[in-house]
Amino acid sequence: MNRLIGKSLTRRGVLGAGLAISGVLAMPSILRAQDKSLKVGVYGGYFKKSFDEHVFPDFTKATGIAVESVAEPTGEAWLVQLEQAAKAGQAPADLSMMSQTSTLKGQSTELWTPLDTSKFKHYGDLLPRFINKYPDGRVAGIGAVAWWITLVSNTDVYKDAPTSWAALWDKANEDKLGLLALASNSFLLEVTAKTFMGGTNALDTEEGLNKAFEKLAEVKPNVRLWYRDEAQFEQALKSGEIPMGQYYHDVTGLAIADGFHVRSTFPKEGGIQDSGNWVLSRASTKVDEAHAFIDYMSQPSMQGVMSRKVGTTPTLKKEVLDLKPEEFAAVSSDIDPIIPRYDLYTSKADWINQKWTELIVG
Amino acid sequence: MRREAPKSVADYTPLFFPALMLIVFFVVPFSTMIAVSFFKRNPSGFYTPDFVFDNYARFLSVFFGGVLGFSLMLAVLVAVCCVCIAFPFTYLLTRRPRRVQTLWLVGLLSVLSLSEVIIGFAWSTLFSRTAGITNLFVAIGLMDKPVALLPTFGAVLTGMVYQALPYTILVLYPALVRLDPTLLEAARTLGASPIRAFFNVVAPALRNTIVATLIMVFVFALGSYLLPQILGRPQHWTLSVLITDQAIYQSNMPFAAAMAVFLVLISLALVGLTLLVGRRENAL
Repeated sequence: MNRLIGKSLTRRGVLGAGLAISGVLAMPSILRAQDKSLKVGVYGGYFKKSFDEHVFPDFTKATGIAVESVAEPTGEAWLVQLEQAAKAGQAPADLSMMSQTSTLKGQSTELWTPLDTSKFKHYGDLLPRFINKYPDGRVAGIGAVAWWITLVSNTDVYKDAPTSWAALWDKANEDKLGLLALASNSFLLEVTAKTFMGGTNALDTEEGLNKAFEKLAEVKPNVRLWYRDEAQFEQALKSGEIPMGQYYHDVTGLAIADGFHVRSTFPKEGGIQDSGNWVLSRASTKVDEAHAFIDYMSQPSMQGVMSRKVGTTPTLKKEVLDLKPEEFAAVSSDIDPIIPRYDLYTSKADWINQKWTELIVG
Repeated sequence: MRREAPKSVADYTPLFFPALMLIVFFVVPFSTMIAVSFFKRNPSGFYTPDFVFDNYARFLSVFFGGVLGFSLMLAVLVAVCCVCIAFPFTYLLTRRPRRVQTLWLVGLLSVLSLSEVIIGFAWSTLFSRTAGITNLFVAIGLMDKPVALLPTFGAVLTGMVYQALPYTILVLYPALVRLDPTLLEAARTLGASPIRAFFNVVAPALRNTIVATLIMVFVFALGSYLLPQILGRPQHWTLSVLITDQAIYQSNMPFAAAMAVFLVLISLALVGLTLLVGRRENAL
C-alpha cells in the first residue's frame, strides 16, 4: 500500500498538481478582473438574502457590473476586519453596510474613501440625515438601509395604543416593559432627552447627560427584561408576557401580518430612526463601480422596491418616491424622528457605557 | 508492571503532541489575551499596543467587585447544588441493573446535545406566566392564578444546574461504579444504617472525586453568560455577560481582556486553594 502511494505521489507530481490547481483557482479572478465587478458587504441573514434576491441581479442587468455579496457580521467586528485588511492594502469588500457609529469610528483612521456626490443623480433628494460627512465636509457614507425602533404593545393587554414614550415611565406599567440592554442600541438617552428635556441637544453637556441618566433611572422598576437578543423579547411580546417595550417597526409589522396581537406605535415624540451607510474602503480600487452602485440604490424606484420588498425606510424625500400612502405608512411616519446622537458613542463611549451598566445592573 | 524513568529524548515523544496542542490552543491565545489587556484603548475605534494599567484600574471598583463576587457565588452555588443532587443520584444509579444504567446514561448524554440557547428558552417558557408550569398548579388547584417565575435568581440557578447536571453525573459515574462494594457491606455488617453508611463511608472514600467534580462544575458555571441574561434580571448578570458587552458591543478589547484575565486568575486561585486545603486534610 505504501509503495503504491510512493509511486503515484512523487514530489514532482504533487508540485505539478498544486500548480495546476492554483492555476484553475486563479482563473476566475483573472476573468473577473476583465469584467466589471464589485464586492458588497451586507448584514448576513435577512438583509443578504433580500439583497441577493431583489437588488443585485437587477443591478447587474442594468449596469453590467457583477456583484459578489459578502455576509458581514453586525456590530463592530466588520469595522475591525476592514481596518486591519486596509492596513495590508486589502478590501474584503469594496462597499459595506456600516452602522453610523462604526462609520464615525472609521472616519478617525480615514478608512472611507470620500465619495464624489456629483455622480449621484438623486443626491439632492437624499434626506440630510442619510449623508454621513467627515468633519471637513467630505462625504464618507450614503444611507443604505434605515429602520425604526418604536413603542410596541400587546393589543390584548393594552386596548388603546400608547401615544407617548412617557408611557415607559408610567407607574401603572410596573414590571411590564422590555427594553434593549445597551445605551448604544436602545438609544433611550435620546428618547429621555426628546420626551422630557426638549430635544437631544440636551445631551451636549455632561450635566445634561447626568440629568437624562437620572430620569432614565426612574424607568428601572417598570422593566422586566433588558434584552440583547431580539427573539427573547419578540416571543414575550406576542404572548403578552411582557406587553410593552421598544422594538423594531418592520419586524413588528411581520408579526402583525402573521396574526399576532401586537402593534407598533410612532409616539408623538417620534420613533427612533437608526440606519446604516454605504461606505467605500480606502483599499478598494473599484471606485467607479461603487459610485454606480450607490447611484443605482439611491433612485426613487429602487428605494420603493426596498421599502416594498425588504421593508426598509426610504432614504429619499417623500415627494420623489413612488410609494402609495399606505406603503409609506408601513415603513415610515411623518412624525419628526428621534435621530440617535451617534457622536456620543464615539466621543464619550466608555463613560456612557460605564454609567449605563451601573444604572441597570446596580 | 514497573515503570522506568524516561532516559532519552525519544522517551518523551508521547508528550510532544499534547504539549503542542496545549501551546497552540491554550498558551498562545491566553498570552495574546494577557498582552491585549495591557494595550491602550482608543475610544474612537481600536487599540494600540502599549503597556498601561488603565484597564485593570477601571476594573478595580466596587461595582465590578460586586459583579465578580456575584459570579463566583453563583458558580459555587451551582457546583454545590449539582454535586448534592448528582452524587446520591449517581450512587443509586450504579446499584441498578446494567440495562437501566445504560438507558439513564443515554438519556443524560442526549441532554448534553441541547445548547445553552435551547435550555434557556425552554426554561423561560416553563417559568412564564402565560404558558408555564404555574398554569398546571392552577389546574390542579394548588394556586389561584398563574404567576411568572422569572426573571429571578431561582430561575437562573435552576437553568444553570440543569445545564451542568449531566456533566456532573458523567464525571461522578466512573468513580462510583468502581467503588468497592465490600466497603459498604462491612459498614452494614458493623451496624450502620444505609444512610449513615453512605455519608460515613461512601462519601469520604470518594472525597477527591467530589472535590474534582465541584471544581469542574464551578469552572463550567463561571463561563455561563446566556442563561443569566435569559432567566435573570440585570443584577443577576455574571462577569461573563459584561465581558461580552465590552468585547462585542463596545469593541473595547483591552478592557474585556483585562476582565477575563482577572476572572481566570481569581478562579485559578480558588481552585488552587481548594486543592491545597484538600491536600492538607489528607495529610492529617
